[in-house]
Amino acid sequence: MEKPVESSIRSKLQQSLEPIHLEVINESHMHAVPRGSETHFRVAVASIRFEGMSLIQRHRLVNQILQEELAGPVHALSIQAKTLQQWQENPSLGQSPP
Amino acid sequence: MSGSLSRLRAALLRLPGLGSPVWAGRPLSQAAAAGEAGASGGDGGSGGSRDEVERLVRAHPVVVFMKGSPAQPLCGFSNAVVQILRMHGVSDYRAYDVLQDSDLRQGIKNYSNWPTIPQVYLSGEFVGGCDILLQMHQNGDLVEELKKLGIRSALLDAEQDQDKK
Repeated sequence: MEKPVESSIRSKLQQSLEPIHLEVINESHMHAVPRGSETHFRVAVASIRFEGMSLIQRHRLVNQILQEELAGPVHALSIQAKTLQQWQENPSLGQSPP
Repeated sequence: MSGSLSRLRAALLRLPGLGSPVWAGRPLSQAAAAGEAGASGGDGGSGGSRDEVERLVRAHPVVVFMKGSPAQPLCGFSNAVVQILRMHGVSDYRAYDVLQDSDLRQGIKNYSNWPTIPQVYLSGEFVGGCDILLQMHQNGDLVEELKKLGIRSALLDAEQDQDKK
């Protein structure tokens, strides 16, 4: 259990959204936090659950699923939420700023 | 999308004030629960009550709650919002620095039920944070939303110039 926060984010999103695709990336090393921190994350989720939802609704859903993490250890969360169709058209994850 | 994304990133990186130190070096960007105490100096008195926040949100057609100022953003995500607005030629907007007012920092999160900063409001309506503004920029929605406010995106003029050449 070296990455409890990352694991928790992954399992919660997996369970709630049953994603076709899920990436959880710990980007904490890009920030001024101690080595091994779990504070800054980027998630990319493609799920049929997002069908018919606006961007803001999708982000709200992800925020809600991860509300414990956001209220606690996670300082920054960047979200990409795609529908099945959007994912098939462009199965790529935007990169974080350098 | 990755193509337009990297184009935007390239464009953003060309802009002054957006070097990698800003992106990479700032902790607590788009922060939810931040360790730094916010209320150092500043007005400190705007408060975080719903009425007060509502007044700020509606004080201008384009309102941004951010960390730092447009001239000196203190977080990569806040900086990205500033740069996106700048690309569209939106220079007339109201920016509030939540690091100057811890009550406001919490108050705005409660108001929008949104856990992170920055937050962008158009015509008093919550639009989203950095990720959403970036995606609206990429898919053209931002140009349309600005048009509704009577603001002509500078990117349209840039495209026209391109066409003429």
